[in-house]
Amino acid sequence: MSTNTQRKGFGSTLWGFLTTVDHKKIAILYLIAGGFFFLVGGIEAMFIRIQLSEPNNHFVSAAEYNQIMTMHGTTMIFLAAMPLVFAFMNAVMPLQIGARDVAFPFLNALGFWLFLFGGLFLNCSWFLGGAPDAGWTNYASLAMNSKGHGVDFYVLGLQITGIGTLIGGINFLVTIINMRAPGMTYMRMPLFTWTTFVTSGMILFAFPPLTVGLVFMMFDRLFGAKFYEVAFGGNTVIWEHLFWVFGHPEVYILILPAFGIFSEVFAMFSRKRLFGYSSMVFATVLIGFLGFMVWAHHMFTTGLGPVANSIFAIATMAIGVPTGIKIFNWLFTMWGGSVKFTTPMHYAVAFIPSFVAGGVTGIMLASAAADYQYHDTYFVVAHFHYVIVGGVVFALLAGTHLYWPKMFGTMLNEVLGKITFWFFLIGFHLTFFVQHLLGLWGMPRRVFTYLPGQGLDTANFVSTIGAFLMATGVTIMLVNIVMTTVKNEKVSHDPWGDGRTLEWSISSPPPFYNFKQLPLVRGLDAYWLEKMEGKDGMIPAEPIGDIHMPNSSFIPFMISLGLFIAAFGAMYHAEHSNWAFPLMFIGLLITFGSMFLRSVKDDHGFHIHKEELMNDNKGVEV
Amino acid sequence: MMQIEEKFTFETWPASPEKATLEAKNKFLGFWLFLGGETVLFASLFATYLALKNRVPENSHMALAKDIFELPLTFVATMLLLTSSLTSVYAIYHMKNFAFKKMYLWFGITILLGAGFLGLEVYEFNHYVHKFHHTFTSSAFGSAFYTLVGFHGGHVAFGLLWILTLMIRNAKRGLNLYNAPKFYVASLYWHFIDVVWVFIFTVVYLMGMVG
Amino acid sequence: MVNQQLNSANPRVDIEYRRKKSAEEMRYQIVSFSMMLFLTLIAFATVGLKGFDHWFAVPFILLLAVVQVIFQLFYFMHMNKKGHEAPSLFLFTGVLAAFLIVWTFSTIIWW
Repeated sequence: MSTNTQRKGFGSTLWGFLTTVDHKKIAILYLIAGGFFFLVGGIEAMFIRIQLSEPNNHFVSAAEYNQIMTMHGTTMIFLAAMPLVFAFMNAVMPLQIGARDVAFPFLNALGFWLFLFGGLFLNCSWFLGGAPDAGWTNYASLAMNSKGHGVDFYVLGLQITGIGTLIGGINFLVTIINMRAPGMTYMRMPLFTWTTFVTSGMILFAFPPLTVGLVFMMFDRLFGAKFYEVAFGGNTVIWEHLFWVFGHPEVYILILPAFGIFSEVFAMFSRKRLFGYSSMVFATVLIGFLGFMVWAHHMFTTGLGPVANSIFAIATMAIGVPTGIKIFNWLFTMWGGSVKFTTPMHYAVAFIPSFVAGGVTGIMLASAAADYQYHDTYFVVAHFHYVIVGGVVFALLAGTHLYWPKMFGTMLNEVLGKITFWFFLIGFHLTFFVQHLLGLWGMPRRVFTYLPGQGLDTANFVSTIGAFLMATGVTIMLVNIVMTTVKNEKVSHDPWGDGRTLEWSISSPPPFYNFKQLPLVRGLDAYWLEKMEGKDGMIPAEPIGDIHMPNSSFIPFMISLGLFIAAFGAMYHAEHSNWAFPLMFIGLLITFGSMFLRSVKDDHGFHIHKEELMNDNKGVEV
Repeated sequence: MMQIEEKFTFETWPASPEKATLEAKNKFLGFWLFLGGETVLFASLFATYLALKNRVPENSHMALAKDIFELPLTFVATMLLLTSSLTSVYAIYHMKNFAFKKMYLWFGITILLGAGFLGLEVYEFNHYVHKFHHTFTSSAFGSAFYTLVGFHGGHVAFGLLWILTLMIRNAKRGLNLYNAPKFYVASLYWHFIDVVWVFIFTVVYLMGMVG
Repeated sequence: MVNQQLNSANPRVDIEYRRKKSAEEMRYQIVSFSMMLFLTLIAFATVGLKGFDHWFAVPFILLLAVVQVIFQLFYFMHMNKKGHEAPSLFLFTGVLAAFLIVWTFSTIIWW
C-alpha cells in the first residue's frame, strides 16, 4: 500500500485531513483551527474595547460583557495560543531532530481532534443560552452561582481540550527522547526543540490538576457533589489552588515555545550561533522547574498568610533571573552579527523591550504587599497582556512568517509582513500601556463600564484606538495569506538563505516521509555546519532503505466526536433526562467503541520501498 | 517483511521484548510518562480529600471517617490487590521466557483477584450509603471520599477490561513483538494501581481510623 | 523506522544465562512481596492495636507506605533495571509536584 500517489479533488483532500496522522498535516490543522479561534477571540476583544471606549456605554449589556470577557480569555489561552504553539511544534520539531514522524502519530491526530471538538463545544454556548461568564479563571465562588449552562460549557469543553493537550505533551516528550537522528545529542538540539521538550514536560504535570478541578466542578454542578458548596463543608479555595497549580505553569507553557521561536529567529537573522547556548538550555529548564513553585502568587489576597505569601513572592522573583539570562543572550547574539531585518526579526527585536516591560511589572506584582494595591485592577490586565501579547503573540506572528514557507512551500509577502508588524506593534503599546495607568488610577478589571468624570475617559479611548490598529494589522496579514496562497510561488528548501537547523535542509514542504535518509548530525546548527563546508545538504547516516510509515485513521475523529456528543448529554441530563441520558450513553459508546476497535484491529503501518524512494526526487538532495 | 509479526521460539525470543522495536520503546516510555502525569492527578485527589476530610454540614451529626471505616474489609481488599500485583509480575516473568500459556494463567488469576477487589468495593460503598447515609452528595467529605476511591476503582475496572481485551484478542496467535509490549505496559498499569492503593489504604482508611 | 532485532541467533549459553538471571530476579520479587506483605501487616497492626498515639501512628504508617511503594516501583515495575533513566526522571518530577500539591493543600487551604 502506498499513498505516494497524488490525490486530487476537494473531497479526497478533506478526507485526507480528517484521517491524517502526518505531523506536518496535523500542524496545518492546528494552524487553521488555532487561527480561526484567534480571530474569534480577537473579535471578542474588539467588542470589549468598543464597550469601554466611552463611559456609560451600552454597546453590550453587563451580562453580555461578562460572557464576552470570559470567552475572550478562555479562547485566547486554550483555543488560540495553545494550538498555534502546537502547530509550530508539530511542523518543526520532528524536522529539527531529524525524525520521520512523531512517536505516536495516531495519538497526535487524536490530540488535535479532542482540542477541536472541545473548542467547538465551548463555542456552542453562544447559541445555546449563553456563554460562560465567571472569568477565564472560573473561580468556584462565582462559577457555582452562575445561572444557565455557560459554566457547564466551560467545564466540559476544557476537559475535552485538556485531554488532547496532555496527549500531545506526552507524544512530544517521547519523540524527543527516542527519535533523534544519529549524532543529535541533547546538547545539539535546536533551542525550539529544547523549549518544546520542557514545555511538554510542564504539560504532563500541569494538566492533571486542571482535569481534577474541572471534574470536581462538573460533579458539583451536574451531579450534586459538594466540593465547592460551603454549606456542606466544601471549600472554594480548592478550585483556586487547582486552577493555578495548572494555570501558572500554563503561562510558561505558552512563553517557552515563544522563547524557542525567537532564539531561532535571532540566530538565523544575526547569522551567528546563538550566544550562550548552554546557558539558554539551563535557563529554559530552570524556568520550567520554578514555574511549578509560584502558583500562589495569583492568590496573595486570598489570605494564605504572611509565610506562604513570602515564600511564593520570593520564588516568583527568582524566575526573573533565568529570564534575564535569556534576554542578555539574545542581545549578545545580535551583537557583532550581520543582522538582517526580515519580518520575523522585526518581531524578535520588538519583543525584547515589550517583554521586559511585562517582566518588570511582573516583579512589581510579585511583591506580595504591593500586590494588595494592584490586585484586580487594570494594572494586572496590562501586565499579562504585555507578556502574553508582547511575548507569545509576537512569537506566533514571527513563527507564522518564518515557517510559512516550510509548511506551505511559498513565502508570505515581506512588505505586507512589515506593514502588519508596525500596525500591530504600535497598536499593542497604545492599547496596553495606558492600562497600567488606568490600573494605578483605580480602574478595576472585569467591569463592563465606568462613570464619566473619573479621569478614565481619555486613556480608555486611547486604548480602544490601539485595539483597532492591532485589528488592522491582523487584517493585513490575512490579506497577505490569501494573496500568497493564490500566487503560490514555490520556494526552495532554504528560502531565507540563513537556515541553520535540519528543517531547512529538506524541501519545502518536506515529502511525507521527511528524510529519505536520516541525516548525520555533527554539531549544533547541523545544516549551517554543512553549508559552511560548501555542501548543500546533510551527510546521510544510513543507506537508502525501506521506510516504515503509519496508516491514516478516522478513529481519532470518532473518539473525539463521541466525547463531544456525550458532553451534551451530561450537561442536559438534569432537566431533559428522557433524551439526554441516552445521548450521553451513545456518545460514550462511540468513544469507547472506537477505542476498542483501535485496540483489536492490528495496525502495522506500511512500507515505502527503496525503489519508490529512488525514483522520488523530492527527498534529501545528497 | 514485518519483523514485528515474525514467529519466535524460546531461543529467538529477545531478552527485553517490551523494548525490542522502536514502537515498543516509544510505548514503554510514553506509558511511564503517562504514569508520571497520573501521579499528579492522584496527588490532586488526595490533597483535596485531606482538605475536605470530615467536612460535613455544621451540626448535622453525620458519620465521620472514624465512624465508618473498618479494618477487616480494608485488609482483605488490600491483600487481594497486593497479591494480584505479584501474579502480574509472574505473568510478565513468563512473557519474558516465552511461556504463553503460563502467562495467560497468571494474567487470568490477576483478573480474578482484581474482580474480587472491585466486588468488595461495590459492597463497601453500598454499605456506607445504607448504614451511615454517607453518600456522594451528602457532604463535601462524601464527595471527596467517593471521588478519590472511585477514581481508583475506575482505574481497576479499566485495567481489568484492558487485560481481558488483550487476552481475548491474542488468545489464538501467541506472543510476538507486536503484542508483548502491550502486555508489559498493561502490567505496569496494574502495578501503578496497587501503588495508588497503598496510599489509599494508608491515608484514607488507616489515618481515618487513627482520627 | 528500523526495527532493531537484537538477537536473531542467540547462542545456547545466552539462554542459560538469561534463565538464571530471571530465576534470580524472581527470588527478589518474592522477597519484595514478602516485605510488602510484612509492611502492610505492621501498618494495619499499628492502627488496629489502638495503643499508639496519633502523632506516632500517622507518620509511621506513611513511612511504611513510602517504603512499600519503593519496593513496588523498583522490583515489581523494574525501575532498578537499566533503561529507566527517563522514566525515573519524569516519575520523580511527578512525585515532587505531587508532594508540593499535597503539602500546600494540607497547610494553606483556610476556612
